[in-house]
Amino acid sequence: MNQAVERIAPELVELRIPARAEWVGLARLAAATVANRIQFSIEEIEDVKLAVTEACTAAIQHEGHGEFILLTCEALADSLRVRVRDNGRPSVRIERDPMDFDEARIAGLGIFLIRTLMDEVSYDVHPQHGTELLMVKRLGAQAV
Amino acid sequence: MDIKVNVREAPGDCYVVDLSGEIDVYTSPKVKDAIGELIDRGVYHLVINLEKVRYIDSTGLGVLIGGLKRVREHGGSVNLVCTNPQIKKIFDITGLVKIFGIFESEDSAMKALV
Repeated sequence: MNQAVERIAPELVELRIPARAEWVGLARLAAATVANRIQFSIEEIEDVKLAVTEACTAAIQHEGHGEFILLTCEALADSLRVRVRDNGRPSVRIERDPMDFDEARIAGLGIFLIRTLMDEVSYDVHPQHGTELLMVKRLGAQAV
Repeated sequence: MDIKVNVREAPGDCYVVDLSGEIDVYTSPKVKDAIGELIDRGVYHLVINLEKVRYIDSTGLGVLIGGLKRVREHGGSVNLVCTNPQIKKIFDITGLVKIFGIFESEDSAMKALV
């Protein structure tokens, strides 16, 4: 099998999991497997795993969370595009300074980590269909 | 995916919590319970050994921060043992290195407890 051709061809992996804590590990393993396909370093794969975990956790923990989380990982020649969509009620997910101690700010650590570890982060909020978080990690670009 | 928690008494009126595995939204309640039980018993000086932790997310960090906050109310402290570069990186980028004492060995973490 020609690995160079494999790297250029976009590949799409979708995973739908119940919006429950016990399934988050599967989501990060799936994302790590796709990240490995496009030859991210071990450190970059760990960044992707943490970002996906945080996105799924945010989808589970906010009030009015949905029944499922849809993870879509798209392996491109030079980047990984990850979408995490839930079907819950939209929520305001606020980035917080981790140096503060209270519970609300601890909850905001996840979004802080996602923004720090990934190269691009954006939200798309649908009032009826939940929230979609798009994250991009570029090959060889250190977000941190 | 699981987390193993082992609590043991150490010299000097402190306890060591050994954690092994992955700490995330699913497993962190177990860690929170173990630390909470110690604090409820009046143990306010803790070393939490993360050497065998492969992974930690914000819920895990939240549990550690919560434990630290509780022991500090009683003049206690929490020191961490952490040798995994990826986990150290998470403490670095979140600024939590300024809040926790983070050490390369259990011995140095114990000696630094105040």
